[in-house]
Amino acid sequence: MSVAESESVLLLAEHTGEEGGSRLKLAFRQLRRNPVAVIGAALILLFVAVAILAPLLAPYSPTHGDLSNITVSHVPGPSSKHWLGLDLQGRDELSRIIYGARASLLIGVVSLTLGATLGMLLGALAGGFGGWVDSIIMRLMDIMLAVPGLLFAIAVAALLGPSLRSVMTAIAVVNVPVFARLLRASMLGQRESDYVLAARSLGVKRRKIIIGHVLPNSLAPVIVQGTLALATAIIDAAGLAFLGLGSADPSVPEWGRMLTDTQQYLRTAPQLALFPGAAILLSVLGFNLLGDALREALDPKLRR
Amino acid sequence: MALLSVEDLTVTFSRRGRRPVHAVDGVTFSVEAGATVGLVGESGCGKSVTSLAIMGLLPRRGADVGGAVRFDGDDLLQLSPNAMRELRGREIAMVFQDPQTSLNPVLTVGRQITEVLERHRDMRGRDADREAASLLDRVGIPDPNRRLKDYPHQMSGGMRQRALIAMALACKPRLLIADEPTTALDVTIQAQILELLKELVVDSGTALVMITHDLGVVAGLCDTVHVMYSGRIVESSDRRSLFAEPRHPYTTGLLASVPRLDSPRGVPLRPIPGSPRDLLPWAQGCAFAPRCTRRVDQCTAVAPDLLPDPVTGHALRCYNPWPPGGEAVAVPAPIVAEPIVAKPAVRRARKKP
Repeated sequence: MSVAESESVLLLAEHTGEEGGSRLKLAFRQLRRNPVAVIGAALILLFVAVAILAPLLAPYSPTHGDLSNITVSHVPGPSSKHWLGLDLQGRDELSRIIYGARASLLIGVVSLTLGATLGMLLGALAGGFGGWVDSIIMRLMDIMLAVPGLLFAIAVAALLGPSLRSVMTAIAVVNVPVFARLLRASMLGQRESDYVLAARSLGVKRRKIIIGHVLPNSLAPVIVQGTLALATAIIDAAGLAFLGLGSADPSVPEWGRMLTDTQQYLRTAPQLALFPGAAILLSVLGFNLLGDALREALDPKLRR
Repeated sequence: MALLSVEDLTVTFSRRGRRPVHAVDGVTFSVEAGATVGLVGESGCGKSVTSLAIMGLLPRRGADVGGAVRFDGDDLLQLSPNAMRELRGREIAMVFQDPQTSLNPVLTVGRQITEVLERHRDMRGRDADREAASLLDRVGIPDPNRRLKDYPHQMSGGMRQRALIAMALACKPRLLIADEPTTALDVTIQAQILELLKELVVDSGTALVMITHDLGVVAGLCDTVHVMYSGRIVESSDRRSLFAEPRHPYTTGLLASVPRLDSPRGVPLRPIPGSPRDLLPWAQGCAFAPRCTRRVDQCTAVAPDLLPDPVTGHALRCYNPWPPGGEAVAVPAPIVAEPIVAKPAVRRARKKP
């Protein structure tokens, strides 16, 4: 073997090892080794699969019930026919929980996409331009953050009337200042970095530095916040539904409303509160676990 | 006419409620086309700020720059930000101290080089890629075509500094400012990088301003040396004369604190006592006086001027310099070694198992 050949073999060995790929690929590889991330991802995958495949998975219709077996003092619990029992309207609880995942997922994804997009746009403008643009945007965000999140969402949802769309809008609005502040702070930090100075010393234009160098390096905390915000969005959606601000159609299954409906019957049919509660818990837990693992994988300071 | 002439450059940092800091306080020097000039001093003496001021990279707010920086006749301090941006990278480029942080971690090395080519040489696509590969090849990176697709974290420190030098030289600038380009590297790599700079810059006629605290670097590379202390030049001379007959107590102190291989065992190093923070404002005398072993009463009364030294011809800012040849100070061995040491950029092959 010649010198050059063995050299390239050595280099190849390096490539296939620890160091290959971009920072994102590296983070992904680390995620796969982290059991917390794997559990989180599995929970999320289960949640998404259930939501998408609801018509195939649900054994009964979520909206039609048989009231013949229901009395005030007796709601049938889990049985071999109805694994999670029946609800107060005689509907299959399992089917309702399966369909309920759809509302949660839809609200979570849509509100997060809306909120994060708008927030990041504002944050990027503030962080990119600085000066008075920054001041105006950030004072606005401060005002929005001064009101507690759920309270703010209730106000927005109440203003727009009860419907799924107003819940999504409300949660999106709450998320805007969170993402704006996060991206701006991250960009301000990156703007002072050595590679930005080096790029400036080579005459790279300001706009290109902001878009090509500063922005991509500032996204890591935003990605983490994204997963955590999805968890919060699901909780907020349940909270708003619990307070009666969810979908206008009461037959649409929503985990939050399922909790409201059973609160009078906690003594006789506690399972009707436990099952939707568990569903909320598990989906939120999944996003939180993955978010924490992502934070670890993307933050070089926490590594090793 | 000199390519770059810095005239009475002052940089003052001011913050509300604090006393302004004169980081650079009347620095004057010039660089001829193709020449190599060293700016030497401890951390905090103003050498990096000088380079950032020349490049126009100091923040506009809080930093007050005075004097003139003439490059090819134009005063860079008077140019518009746009005109200055055109000049940076094309006519004047810079290599920074820390190659670990000076490359963007999310972009491939190739992309970062082609960005400069796009900006200043209007090259795109495959042309730019080919040029980038040939640049990497020129700075001694093996297998440049594949290395273009590498991210900075996949490269070693020395290779990253080579890539940064390739970026700086992408447009064949007439002036390169290297701010401690070897400080963050280990010694064998330092020698390689210096040799590379010497080869690429000095031999191709690009002028080089070398900013360093390391007299070994100066000994190997620079034609002219300016020793700075607390924002002012305290001694200037050509390299040979500076090492042969250092006059300023600070210069001799720097030379005496460099370890040498050929001094007998047991001879202690003699660091300069105190730190650059124990300084006297120039308005009250010589800033070096609190640390100086040759201090006289005059030193703490009026700051000395930078005057030609009648004995050696150095420019000297001292009332009581060392007598020429008085205390013999050994010249440190140049770090730039024989090419045989500096050449192997490629790792030697391991023995076959």
